[in-house]
Amino acid sequence: MSYQEFKDIFYNGMWKQNTGVVQLLGMCPLLAISTSVVNGVSLGLATTLVMTLSGATVAVIRQSVPNEARIPVFILIIAVLVTAIQYLMNAYMYSLYLVLGIFIPLIVTNCIVLARIEAFAAKNPAMHSAFDGLAMGLGLTAVLSVLGGLREIMGHGTLLSGIDLALGASAKSLVITVVPNYHGFLLAILPPGAFITLGCLIAGKNWLNLRAEAKQKRPLPLDGGTVSAA
Amino acid sequence: MTRTTAKASFYTAFNLTFFALIGTAILAFIYSQTHERIEQSVELEKIKLIAQILPHNLYDNDMIKDMLKIKPDELLGNEDITTAYRARLNGKPSVLVLEAVAPDGYSGKIFMLIAIRENGELAGVRVVNHKETPGLGDYIDIAKSKWIKGFDGASLEKYNNADWQVKKDGGKFDYMAGATITPRAVVKAVHKALQYFALHKDALFAAQGEQK
Repeated sequence: MSYQEFKDIFYNGMWKQNTGVVQLLGMCPLLAISTSVVNGVSLGLATTLVMTLSGATVAVIRQSVPNEARIPVFILIIAVLVTAIQYLMNAYMYSLYLVLGIFIPLIVTNCIVLARIEAFAAKNPAMHSAFDGLAMGLGLTAVLSVLGGLREIMGHGTLLSGIDLALGASAKSLVITVVPNYHGFLLAILPPGAFITLGCLIAGKNWLNLRAEAKQKRPLPLDGGTVSAA
Repeated sequence: MTRTTAKASFYTAFNLTFFALIGTAILAFIYSQTHERIEQSVELEKIKLIAQILPHNLYDNDMIKDMLKIKPDELLGNEDITTAYRARLNGKPSVLVLEAVAPDGYSGKIFMLIAIRENGELAGVRVVNHKETPGLGDYIDIAKSKWIKGFDGASLEKYNNADWQVKKDGGKFDYMAGATITPRAVVKAVHKALQYFALHKDALFAAQGEQK
């Protein structure tokens, strides 16, 4: 695996084909769980783990699966991995498991996992597939953490609340109160807030893309950009 | 032609079965490695909640071993068999912890643990699980506000039937503006659980528990 391939896959997952703001796959857990940074990152990392492992597994066995049976076999592999992770979380991170609850088993039905396997792992070697899963998963985690952070600040006025559920009671001091005595903004926490915030994120990403494109097309004016973009 | 089709189908079926078997074997192994730990976590979580509502000087027995299965009862709001935990001090009954359900929350059922002292006073109430609106009705959760502590020390003797309502309805219990349905449901469920306790108190403490 060359450095350039490595870089391309990573750039694809984190930015160009980002699952959260470009492909818009797997919206159900994305919108439901992104009420705080800790929830978002936890689910994002669990999904990343599933995507990396399932990508590698599928890439290894892809030669021995008949074409007609590939989807059921892929789903089976994903389901086994997710259930295994669910057992392990239930056993060793019980309080976090209580928070993420039904969204862990739902990773199985998260179409982004199957989509990446079908589009990438079924055609590429194991190393590439595992790395593609990792990059896609991290891209999703990044979106989930930003989305979770924005909704948490707007909704509760805090950041990282609930981190003690993931890292133990000693981590409670890591919680940051951004706006003291905040009364909360309900809309940000309810599902519509998720859609609105995600919409803003997508708009922001598109704006950055357009700006980069415009920059490439013609050199910057010398006085630093007073000329409006065409 | 038919022969090759049959062969291909057989191969596909065999392939699927093969992967299903491997998957099942892996999961069976992981389950066998984790299920004890999972059960421990579930029990620990319950004990943690119970410890919040029970002062430590009120009991010296191992409550997880002194449980009682309770049949569904209209006063408890349960539809399934639930567990009651019995706290004892020097062998004498001191507190009973009941699982109760308020069926009429704003968004569905509210599950609670209710600890009642031997004399009928509430030792404490905790909401275990609810779906009330975040930021509005969720102040019944101890993680959000101290509202639920308002039940501490209340009893059927202290408050008459009319008192067991939120202040808005002429009762004695606080509520927060904007969300009265939620506290109404909780107050009603706690009141009913106390009535259940009053009716069955002796039987509950005397019954042979399920030794686990």
